[in-house]
Amino acid sequence: MSDDYRPDPDALLAAISRAEASPTRGRLKVFLGMSAGVGKTYAMLEAAQKAKRDGRDVVIGYVESHGRKETDALTEGLPAIPRRIIEHGGVTLSEMDLDAVLARRPELALVDEFAHSNAPGSRHPKRWQDVAEILAAGIDVFTTLNVQHIESRTDTVRQITGSTIYETVPDRVLDGAEIELVDLPPEELMKRLATGKVYQGERAEAALFNFFREGNLTALREIALRYAAGRVGRDVQDYLQAMQIEGPWKTGDRLLVAVSASPLSAQLIRWTRRMADSLHTEWLAVHVESARNAVGPAPAQLTKNLALARELGAEVVTTADEEFSRGLLRVARQHNVTQIVVGKPGGTWFAQWRGMRRLQRLLRHSGSVDILVVRADELPATSGEPEAGGRPVASQPVAFERDVDRSKAEQYGTAIGIIAAVSFANALLAPLLGYRTVALTYLFSVVGLAMFLGRGPILLAAALSALLWNFFFLPPRYTLYINNVEDGLMFGLYFVVAAVLGQLVAKVRGQELANRRREERATALYLLTRNLADTASTDEVVRTVVKQIGEVFHARSALLPTEGQDRLEGKPHPASTLVISEKEHGVAAWAHNHGQAAGRFTDNLPLAEALHLPLRAGGRPLGVLSVQLDTQSSPSLDQRDLLEAFARQTALMLDRERLRDSEQSSRLIAESERLGKTLLNSISHELRTPLAAITSATSGLRQAGPLTPVQVVLAGEIAEASDRLNRLVRNLLDVARLEAGHLQAHLDWCDPADLCQVALKNVQSQLAGRPLTVNAPAGLPLVKADFVLLEQALGNLLANVAVHTPPGTPVELTARLGGKELLIEVADHGPGLAAEDLPRVFEKFYRAGSAKAGGTGLGLSIVKGFVEANGGRVEAANRPGGGAIFTIRLPVGDAPSLPAELA
Amino acid sequence: MSDSVPSAAKPLVLVIDDEPQIRRLLTLTLEANGYRVVTAERGQEGLVLAAQQTPALILLDLGLPDLPGTEILRRLREWTAVPVIILSVLDDETGKIAALDAGADDYVTKPFNSGELLARIRVALRHAEKKSEPPVFHTGHLVVDLASRRVTSGGQEVSLTATEYNLLRLFVRHAGKVLTHRQILREVWGPNAETQTHYLRVYLARLREKLERDPSQPELFVTEAGVGYRLVPVPEPV
Repeated sequence: MSDDYRPDPDALLAAISRAEASPTRGRLKVFLGMSAGVGKTYAMLEAAQKAKRDGRDVVIGYVESHGRKETDALTEGLPAIPRRIIEHGGVTLSEMDLDAVLARRPELALVDEFAHSNAPGSRHPKRWQDVAEILAAGIDVFTTLNVQHIESRTDTVRQITGSTIYETVPDRVLDGAEIELVDLPPEELMKRLATGKVYQGERAEAALFNFFREGNLTALREIALRYAAGRVGRDVQDYLQAMQIEGPWKTGDRLLVAVSASPLSAQLIRWTRRMADSLHTEWLAVHVESARNAVGPAPAQLTKNLALARELGAEVVTTADEEFSRGLLRVARQHNVTQIVVGKPGGTWFAQWRGMRRLQRLLRHSGSVDILVVRADELPATSGEPEAGGRPVASQPVAFERDVDRSKAEQYGTAIGIIAAVSFANALLAPLLGYRTVALTYLFSVVGLAMFLGRGPILLAAALSALLWNFFFLPPRYTLYINNVEDGLMFGLYFVVAAVLGQLVAKVRGQELANRRREERATALYLLTRNLADTASTDEVVRTVVKQIGEVFHARSALLPTEGQDRLEGKPHPASTLVISEKEHGVAAWAHNHGQAAGRFTDNLPLAEALHLPLRAGGRPLGVLSVQLDTQSSPSLDQRDLLEAFARQTALMLDRERLRDSEQSSRLIAESERLGKTLLNSISHELRTPLAAITSATSGLRQAGPLTPVQVVLAGEIAEASDRLNRLVRNLLDVARLEAGHLQAHLDWCDPADLCQVALKNVQSQLAGRPLTVNAPAGLPLVKADFVLLEQALGNLLANVAVHTPPGTPVELTARLGGKELLIEVADHGPGLAAEDLPRVFEKFYRAGSAKAGGTGLGLSIVKGFVEANGGRVEAANRPGGGAIFTIRLPVGDAPSLPAELA
Repeated sequence: MSDSVPSAAKPLVLVIDDEPQIRRLLTLTLEANGYRVVTAERGQEGLVLAAQQTPALILLDLGLPDLPGTEILRRLREWTAVPVIILSVLDDETGKIAALDAGADDYVTKPFNSGELLARIRVALRHAEKKSEPPVFHTGHLVVDLASRRVTSGGQEVSLTATEYNLLRLFVRHAGKVLTHRQILREVWGPNAETQTHYLRVYLARLREKLERDPSQPELFVTEAGVGYRLVPVPEPV
């Protein structure tokens, strides 16, 4: 039962990602108003002043005060980034300087008028895209927005005001934003207007839409309030779910909207987005491609509709099926859709009848899926919508097939021409063959035409040929009158057969075309994958991709690889066929750094010459694929898809090559390490075995029995010399180990007191005759270190003292706690270190100028290496009272816990 | 003095080392101190000799060319408990620990002093002969009465916690032998504590504090750097 109250993991994630998004991504705050003149900019500046008082670094990216004194006064004390001046067609425009804002890196940037369209030649067509980039750089943004500019509300606004809004902001960019409603009762606004408090610029903007009518304002205010309230409700629901408070849980709904080439689809899409918003669910936009709509170019409106859906946050799916309802339901099942949104059939009686049939079929097979039928108004304004945002995806696409480019008029012309020609031929043949046989030539020509033309022209050809046959050949000739029943039947049958046959052939051909188009895509991808599978190096991958793009798209292309971790290389790969200018490289670098397509036919820096697709695998940038398409118009959805598939495939292959390279180099390193280790081990063995023999023999000699005094001295000399040699060998091998990087510290808990005691014991003989002060109390915290390495480091420090200070001078060894570090100090009363030696004593083979003969200058460098391998540091200094002091500093972590004492 | 001992009573030591010079020296030293010696150059040969001659003790070099030391130990331990002392080079703590955990009794680091080697051999042989633990253990000023669980240091009774006493008893049972960290942790704290070295560091410091004459210069509980600890049997002070 507790399962019922389990918080939805998605909701938890959403709440977490919202909370976590703050340190990396900047936070967006939107001051939302119902119309111009309500005081959004004023409210934003007030909030900015407060933020500044709170000590935040606030700058003005772009603020339009419309010359209002109160507003200007509020900008005081806020540094403003100078605007960028753009000359365009003789007009001087000033825009926000995006790069300057990014370079300035404030904590908070103020950017007025979120929905503004940038001047041509700017990096992004829209200001909200600039803001998105600022946010991505980790900078918070305050901005202002009127409710009519929110994409999903434009329909409603249009219905109220009768004007179409072109400057829109996609709902998804507002998804993570904090919304602050700037509200003003309409009477107040009207009053402000009357007393001249709404200034020229705003008045012009608003007047365009006839906004300043009280009825309008009341409606707009309601939309704004509802939007803001909906947003608050949504945040509350996220919280409720995350906190596991019982409430109206997410129902698991998923919406699907059917998208066609109709301009009415856009309304359905917006409607579904609002619905999905209020249900707080995901939604899909699905287009079913059938043979009928596959003939001819993909209509611009369809591309536009799908782009709109994507922009509003839908997952866009395109599927191919002859049967609209079957395709739709298949996608619905695959994606666990619970509700399907379709448009209410409308238009001509034929369109209505067809729509009803589709709907019936959909209802019959929908099973557990709900079908929502939504009315969409006839709307001439959107179909004739100008290229408001310069959105290139919406312009006329080109299809793969050349022959389907033929225009409708051309097709009808061909149909009429051919039928006319056949009629003429029949006129010649009729006397020889009889009037019934010529019907067959007509039929033949209609079927023949069906091989090349669409359905409309075929229907025309069938009708026309039937009429012509009747008029010119059926007796009585030159009338439409038919004499006998037999001929009448013939005429009727002829028309039906011609029409049906023609339609059938056209349909079959249409299917074949659609198949061929799909097949071409599949083949192109297959060829690429197959060719790439054979490649054995990065160079070959690039060569193959560039060649394949040239063949499939008739385009030149270049590949810019990523250099090091995340910088784009300056020069394209030598196999590239496209020359990358400095400007293009800038665009490519942008695409690379942001992981988004940029350049021509995109929303990012669209004035570039080439299209730049970032190559990524596993979230790691691998480079940029730059393609310069020959066409002036933007590529079709198909082509774009295919190009992106190419880019993905290329990224995968580059990643494979990268992995292969790194695997190879790591194998090489491992091999050389193994060799080095073997060598070191055998040298160690060869040097030590004779030493072991000498030591053992000497000790045996001393033990063996009564020696003469001279023999005792000699044996002692041998023992001392072999000790010294042994130490040297040990130091040399240690240095070799350090150099080769074979040193591995086995970190474990060590007792500092124990460490000092063992080190002292090992150098006892060398320190003989010196007063020794040891201050290493038990109870010092344990440190994580390699006991052997550290003990040897300490031993070397002590031995160093023994070599470099006069015999008999005292030595002090102290271990103590200093902050979060354990300090082990070796202090002597020798001459100390010369100033020029101080920084260099730990260098390999460095010997102080005053050093006596003997010694290799290795001891201290080993100390440094060993201590650092334990995560510590070692320092040398002179003591104020004379003598040198060496300090080993080790980090002290949290004390490990001990088990409870056994009873 | 060795001459007076009848040859059959002399303990037989098997030396397995691939260096002829070390074999010669060891033979000389051992024979001079009352042992009989057989030598083997290879691990395989050593295993055969161990089976045929049943030596009282084996000196095993860890760096043999044909078989790794741990492998030889594993095969030996399949059938015999004969004490094995490892001859190892410096800086090979991992190898020493592996050999000790595989059943070696002790180790000597090359280059070794012959006095030290002979001492280790005597301890190992004594442990091997010992049938049962003597109820009372003496070392230096320390007296441990295992029967009555009484511990005195310099005549003063010392009170130990249960864990401290368990630790001390383990050392006493293996007096003179090196014990690896892992062996001690397993015996005293159980197999789950084998990597909790800090238990050992803390408790050893406590034992030294309570039992050593000068805890800052321990004589009884000696640290074997990187390997473990050893309780040194010290002759009783006069």
